[in-house]
Amino acid sequence: MRHGRIDLSHGAGGRATAQLIDEIFRPAFDNPYLDQANDQAAFDVPAGRMVMSTDAYVISPLFFPGGDIGSLAVHGTINDIAMSGGRPLHLAASYIIEEGFPLIELQRIANSMGRASRAASVAVITGDTKVVERGKGDGVFISTTGIGIVPPGIALSGDRARPGDRIILSGCIGDHGVAIMSLRNNLGFDTELLSDSAALHGLVAEMVHAAGTSLRLMRDPTRGGLAATLNEIAQQSGLGMVLEERAIPVRGEVAAACELLGLDPLTVANEGKLVAVVAPEEADHLLRVMQAHPLGREAALIGTIIADDQFFVQITTSFGGSRIVDWLAGEQLPRIC
Amino acid sequence: MCLAIPIRVEALLADDMARVTLGGVSKSVSIALIENVRLGDYVLIHVGFALTRLDPDEAERTLALMHEAAVPGLPARA
Amino acid sequence: MKHIDEYRDGNLARSIAAVIAQEAATDRQYRFMEFCGGHTHAISRYGIEDLLPNNVQMVHGPGCPVCVLPIGRIDDAIRLAMRPEVILCTYADLMRVPASAGRTLLKAKAAGADIRMVYSTLDAISIAEAEPGREVVFFAIGFETTTPPTARAIRLARRKNLANFSIFCNHVLTPPAIRAILDTPDLEGAGRVRVDGFVGPAHVSTVIGTVPYTGLAETYRKPVVVAGFEPLDMMQAILMLVRQINQGRHEVENQYIRAVTAQGNLIAQREMAEIFALRSSFEWRGLGELPLSALRLRDDYADLDAERRFLIETVPAADNPACECGEILRGIKKPAQCKLFGTLCSPDTPMGSCMVSPEGACAAHWSYGRFRDSAKAGAERALV
Repeated sequence: MRHGRIDLSHGAGGRATAQLIDEIFRPAFDNPYLDQANDQAAFDVPAGRMVMSTDAYVISPLFFPGGDIGSLAVHGTINDIAMSGGRPLHLAASYIIEEGFPLIELQRIANSMGRASRAASVAVITGDTKVVERGKGDGVFISTTGIGIVPPGIALSGDRARPGDRIILSGCIGDHGVAIMSLRNNLGFDTELLSDSAALHGLVAEMVHAAGTSLRLMRDPTRGGLAATLNEIAQQSGLGMVLEERAIPVRGEVAAACELLGLDPLTVANEGKLVAVVAPEEADHLLRVMQAHPLGREAALIGTIIADDQFFVQITTSFGGSRIVDWLAGEQLPRIC
Repeated sequence: MCLAIPIRVEALLADDMARVTLGGVSKSVSIALIENVRLGDYVLIHVGFALTRLDPDEAERTLALMHEAAVPGLPARA
Repeated sequence: MKHIDEYRDGNLARSIAAVIAQEAATDRQYRFMEFCGGHTHAISRYGIEDLLPNNVQMVHGPGCPVCVLPIGRIDDAIRLAMRPEVILCTYADLMRVPASAGRTLLKAKAAGADIRMVYSTLDAISIAEAEPGREVVFFAIGFETTTPPTARAIRLARRKNLANFSIFCNHVLTPPAIRAILDTPDLEGAGRVRVDGFVGPAHVSTVIGTVPYTGLAETYRKPVVVAGFEPLDMMQAILMLVRQINQGRHEVENQYIRAVTAQGNLIAQREMAEIFALRSSFEWRGLGELPLSALRLRDDYADLDAERRFLIETVPAADNPACECGEILRGIKKPAQCKLFGTLCSPDTPMGSCMVSPEGACAAHWSYGRFRDSAKAGAERALV
């Protein structure tokens, strides 16, 4: 089986599908829900407010330094749940596989997804597999849906920022985007940089415990980078921001790669970082709590929310001048000019 | 109009190419447009080509001039 | 990063800014044009204008090869790319430039054209070697910085006997463009922005040297200071320009001594001279037809010339009639004076090149000036 490739029978629901699940998916995810072999999973829920999120992962390349589509699909959806302040409970995963996809790579992805899920203590309890004809899929697409439970009294939302609130970033920006770009043939640069793909719910739990209702909102800056996320928040809250460029942590390699390609680190993708907006009197304490956690060691206070009816995200440059941090117009492209 | 950055030559390669490194990121670039490149030189690269070598003495002189220029009260120089 | 970070020191910038403020005579305006788009980008990225006194202003020039590329040439590239046998290789900067009828290379790619973004002409050569059954065309743009790399690619293609490689050449020259700006007629009451001096391009000058600016400085009696790319380089160059104006001088000075010499890069110049010939005339978006301002492949290299290989006949296409890029590129109008700015035209929906390229005057004003205007308006409102 390992030497073969996916064919249309694997998605047909018959013996081949069952074999695929038995030999690849169930061992990879290894939990009692899947062992029941039903089309669904039933479970008890603690009392409280629930949160649900879904996301599809269509990345290319499928494997990158620091992760792959499988681990990304786990981390990404866990993070979306966590940004509500909620504790993720379970995941559902749906695979759409292209005819001809090598089984050995599918196993690699499933195993990676299983490992990520176990490390995060959030199980993939139900799933689905479909196969599409050759040419109609980019190898593999994965969609994950997560559910979680929100602690009482916590209601984080993008529109809750207030003037005077402080903005905290959990760590260095741009790692994921640069790691992915280094694989593109025509950009041709080498680096040891790894994607920062990680599940943030442990860090978030500490933060919610420390700051409680002083925490206004959290968001993870993925595609579009920190620039997109901050602009979204500004729009939703109807406020502006002033950032301090010198305070924003960027690894040397990321800065260097961005210089080479003419990119702005603020617009480069991340997969293991979050932005938090917190009441000013709690900011220092929250920062210390974050820095004590492995995924928040480089956390930094990067700016302040201000009243601004134009919702500008301003940045004071390391040089002392000011400019706006704008949304990207489409995907960021390297430039020669 | 031309994004060019100063970068260190780490190795000389065949076919007029060189390996250059900046902040832990490496690339292979062409040095066909310049002469007498040595390991440790800094070159300016643009679209995969080194356009010139950076002169470290002139770089020192530039920084010195900037620091001098920044002291108000000194007579203006031509 | 060595040779980079030292030139971004904010404290030193403020000190130099204090000297500029001290030396700039209060009874006059100083208007300097930074020719090069890279300098325009540096000004907005670092907020350099915040550090200058109010009477020292920067006017954004046309030194952005993406901005001055006529729509008709992008139409040609799109048509080429739509041919099933063609792989069009291009620098990423061009992907979103609007051509006729809102077409772009990005949209053409989505529609199935084989368009590949490359970092270097050498990548295009590799693609041609890897795909002998396809026609690889490299969409060459750029001033003198980017031209020698194209020349090298042509040499390599010749040496490797590549039968499936060609260049669509749109290389342009810097001194003729500066001359065109200086020749712009001084229209009475037209709100023309007077330019007192130039910040000369950094990396074009590493190739051509500083000698080519001498004739311009003398004829038009405007100082030119060639400046490095980093913000402190620009600050120092602006100080040097202020001093020249105050002392009534109009010389060519070199601030970028660590990378630019008077003669430039002779190897690169020789390569350009051997591969390219001057076109008698070439259309520049915004500046119109300029004589002896652009390059084509020499007849010896006709087989590597995409225009001859594919019998390209460029159809000039007009800009949106309300687009003021032309006047903005010449420094006659400011972005905020264009009716489309901020309404129909924005980085998301660019109507002309000044907005789609991050170095264009309008894109720079969008990220930097628009906010500054707003802050000023806010301050004025607060006073009321």
